[in-house]
Amino acid sequence: MTTTTAPAPAASGNTPKARRTGGGLGRYLLIRALLIIPTVFILVSLVFFLMRLTGDPITAALGGRLSADQLAERIHEAGYDRPLLIQYLEYLGNVFTGNFGTTISDRKPVTEILVTYGAATLELAFYALLVAFVVGIPLGMLAAYVRDRWGDAALRVFAILCYATPVFFAGLLTKLVFSVWLGWLPISGRASTRAQLQMQRLDDPTGIYTIDAIRTGNPDVLADVLLHAVMPALVLGLLTAGVFLRLVRTNVIGTLSTDYVESGRSRGVREYRLVTKHAYRPALIPIITVIGLQIALLLGGAVLTETTFEWRGLGFMLSQYLQARDFVAVQGIVALLAVIVALTNFLVDVIAAIIDPRVRY
Amino acid sequence: MTVATVPNRSRWARLPVVHQLRQSVGLQRGMLVAGLIITAIFLLTAAFAPWVAPYGFSQLRDADGLFGSAQPPSAQHLLGTTVGGFDVLSRTIWGAQTAFLVIVFALVFSMFIGILLGLVSGYFGGWLDRVLVVVCDAIYAFPSLLLAIVLSIAISGGQSGLWAGITAAAGSITVVFIPQYFRVIRAETVRIKSEAYVESAKVLGASTGRIMFRHIFRNATRTLPLILTLNASEAILTLAGLGFLGFGIEPTQAAEWGYDLNKSIADVSSGVWWTAVPPGIAIVFVVLGITLVGESLNDLADPRLRGRRRAAKGAGLVAETSVVPGGTLTAGPGGVDGLESGETFGDQGIEVKS
Repeated sequence: MTTTTAPAPAASGNTPKARRTGGGLGRYLLIRALLIIPTVFILVSLVFFLMRLTGDPITAALGGRLSADQLAERIHEAGYDRPLLIQYLEYLGNVFTGNFGTTISDRKPVTEILVTYGAATLELAFYALLVAFVVGIPLGMLAAYVRDRWGDAALRVFAILCYATPVFFAGLLTKLVFSVWLGWLPISGRASTRAQLQMQRLDDPTGIYTIDAIRTGNPDVLADVLLHAVMPALVLGLLTAGVFLRLVRTNVIGTLSTDYVESGRSRGVREYRLVTKHAYRPALIPIITVIGLQIALLLGGAVLTETTFEWRGLGFMLSQYLQARDFVAVQGIVALLAVIVALTNFLVDVIAAIIDPRVRY
Repeated sequence: MTVATVPNRSRWARLPVVHQLRQSVGLQRGMLVAGLIITAIFLLTAAFAPWVAPYGFSQLRDADGLFGSAQPPSAQHLLGTTVGGFDVLSRTIWGAQTAFLVIVFALVFSMFIGILLGLVSGYFGGWLDRVLVVVCDAIYAFPSLLLAIVLSIAISGGQSGLWAGITAAAGSITVVFIPQYFRVIRAETVRIKSEAYVESAKVLGASTGRIMFRHIFRNATRTLPLILTLNASEAILTLAGLGFLGFGIEPTQAAEWGYDLNKSIADVSSGVWWTAVPPGIAIVFVVLGITLVGESLNDLADPRLRGRRRAAKGAGLVAETSVVPGGTLTAGPGGVDGLESGETFGDQGIEVKS
């Protein structure tokens, strides 16, 4: 349809189909990118109005601690006594320019919180996804291979258990067993104080401790950082691993009954090879599309995991501000996470569209 | 195996869960039955909590005096006491009641609103449909726990008595779940409204309301039991998550598992296990039970995943009578390579499409 999209379908290697449906990858990406705007807009507006239902944030945070006059002054100073609509428009404008507000309790810009603590959440999410892939995908294939037998039932119950156990309970249990009783792993935090001091001595540390620890060149520091990450990553990763296991199992079973797998089977290809070579790859495509939704689950889980393990990331800070009833900070962090979720969903959809032309239809 | 043919299936046999129970075989039936039993235990505990629990959920003393703080399990307190001096076993049992109330409220509200919106949106279409779809997609993609936190701040300001706490939790879970019902019912409505019987109802002059609720809704409820069970388990997890983050219900108002777990973080570091384990196990147990039911319903609804009793029998027959068990085909016209590249067998009249 449009000539501007010409290079994109060529890269995807499915030109005839894309041309027939009239647009192909480029058009799909454009529409998908434009859809970010209403998504972020809706979530940010929703959060704004919900947070204002209870009244202004200053009374919520400082009410009872300041006199009525002081409160009124602070409210006026921050502009919370103006009409709600004007506040809303101003807020939208601020968000649009990347200003998510300033916290009440410690007067920090929310974007600074993101810069300081975002790396920790990123690191945790990365390790958790790693655990989820390493545990979920092979076990899902195994479950499909032994389907409708005891091994399958056991694996499925395991998957449900992964989902059914609240991350904070799993966290408490692992802490109890591996830290308190066995003493194998550190009980909380991202690194011990000594390791942290070594990493702070680096010029411009990244905040991603694994990278910083490698840069110090000290194996003890790296070991310390990795040991601290084991339990949080495992706990958060297993939550997603259960979802992956179920998904891979269902999809592999689905592809195992397709014609091309049947034809392989009739040629005498062994079932093991059918699962690992024939049915496995197409079954991975739905996983990529589902990862988008998993990001949401992962972020929600990260708030709980970080709180349990005192892993000082965005989620930990969010729960700290919740305790302090600093709703500007809460609103800012939640709005920020909305942007992150919308962006990652977009990226995941782009990857899915590049890999599987059917997604774009 | 038990029910080979049922000529006149009674109303009872067509009820959602009963029907699937009859349909299931082998392991699948085992998982479904296990899930149903666990769910039944949960429901009974919730209903009879006042009689089952040895003490009240906010009871600090009995005739012998105060319970004492963080007492290890003993004959008097089978699972010990919390730091606050409550009996752990009693609070765990009472917690079932709170969880049940929240699930019921959340599911009733989200189902009602979600189904209504889905029907209206799918039936009328237009700009309302488009707006609702975008809004629901936005909410659906967002971490439900974060949304629940914001909503619970909005509903109760974060401070909760029993009913305020239950409405806050149920209300926040409701909003999170509405999109799920909305999506399913809307998709079904769009599909069904072009069916011939809807057309003929229109021609006969049936009112819009009648068409929507009688003709479309009655036929769009296929997947509801499944979403219902999955949402029930998610509701428990969200409630526990809220409680864990400090949006729980005050311990003097009701027992709530997430709140108790939050209070036990500090205990775990000092090796006190009995305050953390019972409420956690309770959550896992209930969610496991409900999810088992939901998963089984899901599998039974999907022909690819349904237990393969008949298929297995048939496969056995085929294997016995088949002339080509395994390897023989390799010596076929094109050999294995011929099959793999998807060549056509023109001379035999069999066309193999790639």
